[in-house]
Amino acid sequence: MRSATPLSPEAARSPDEPAAHRRLRALLEQGLPLTPRPWQTLAEQAGLAEEEAMACVRRWQAEGLIKRLGLVVRHRRLGLGANAMVVWDVPDERVALVGRRLARETAVTLCYRRPRRLPDWPYNLFCMIHGARRERVLETLEAIVARLGLEEIPHRALFSTRAYRQCGARYAREEDA
Amino acid sequence: MHCQPPPEQVHDLDALDRRLIDSYQRGLPVCPRPFARIAERLGAAEDEVIARLERLQARGVLSRVGAVFDHARAGASLLAAVAVPEAERDAFAELINAAPGVNHNYARETQGRAPLAQDDPAGEHDYNLWFVMTAPEAPALEARLDALEARLGVPILRLPMLESFHIDLAFPIPWAELERT
Repeated sequence: MRSATPLSPEAARSPDEPAAHRRLRALLEQGLPLTPRPWQTLAEQAGLAEEEAMACVRRWQAEGLIKRLGLVVRHRRLGLGANAMVVWDVPDERVALVGRRLARETAVTLCYRRPRRLPDWPYNLFCMIHGARRERVLETLEAIVARLGLEEIPHRALFSTRAYRQCGARYAREEDA
Repeated sequence: MHCQPPPEQVHDLDALDRRLIDSYQRGLPVCPRPFARIAERLGAAEDEVIARLERLQARGVLSRVGAVFDHARAGASLLAAVAVPEAERDAFAELINAAPGVNHNYARETQGRAPLAQDDPAGEHDYNLWFVMTAPEAPALEARLDALEARLGVPILRLPMLESFHIDLAFPIPWAELERT
């Protein structure tokens, strides 16, 4: 068996990354085969030994390159059709604190800081809230605003009205930038 | 060009389906027989777990059983938006979908709680199409956005992620609430 080469997150993007590891990543993004020995199948397709493929995956998890490994759920398909992108205009000195507190809310699935683009776009903090119905999402948002004392911070809940594309992102791909 | 079929009836998902979804949106075992280990923990058989996952995937409840990579490290991407006339929205969305690297293309409401800009009470500058543009690396990302911008003929609002406060996309499913709807 070939030994696994140490691979930093930076190296993972570099041209020096072994081709077999790049193939393994691409395969992992598409999903595991639903067979009793999925890692062995992926390893064979990538040109690796099963143990080496699993070692790569564990290392990528430890390094944070893989955020999550498991079932990727289509929320809309389950009836969680209301999804609000809530955008906030937070004073710069408070944005990190507010972002961290919002992220701790179980209803919040993503929470990112992004640049303002004045004058067109004043909002610098983004989070997503999903729910079965619009009213429920708005109730959740109001509860969060009250709990965290965010009444003074301008914000808007932008509900999606149509998904033109929601399909599995590939890099590749990705999930939600 | 919707890409999702009508919602699944959650009533058709039994206790094992739900426990799989609740327990394994993260932490899929990295061992030679992961589904056997899952089955052991849930008190089921390996072939039953595999059959359930196949069915959930075939019905579109799961897009896949696999890895979610940190895009900031796995490639370049950013959130983008354009403000287009509502009447032409579908046509713009088609153009966006046709561009390489686009995923997650949504129409969103523009009536928020506050006017977007003081001098824009009619909301004419409101962004109503939101999408994610991806590329293998940053220069290619800019090139893709520039090319799409030229094609659309409207400026693209470019909002790269500067800081992530929450990187776990796993979301607890409110089964009881869904049962009622």
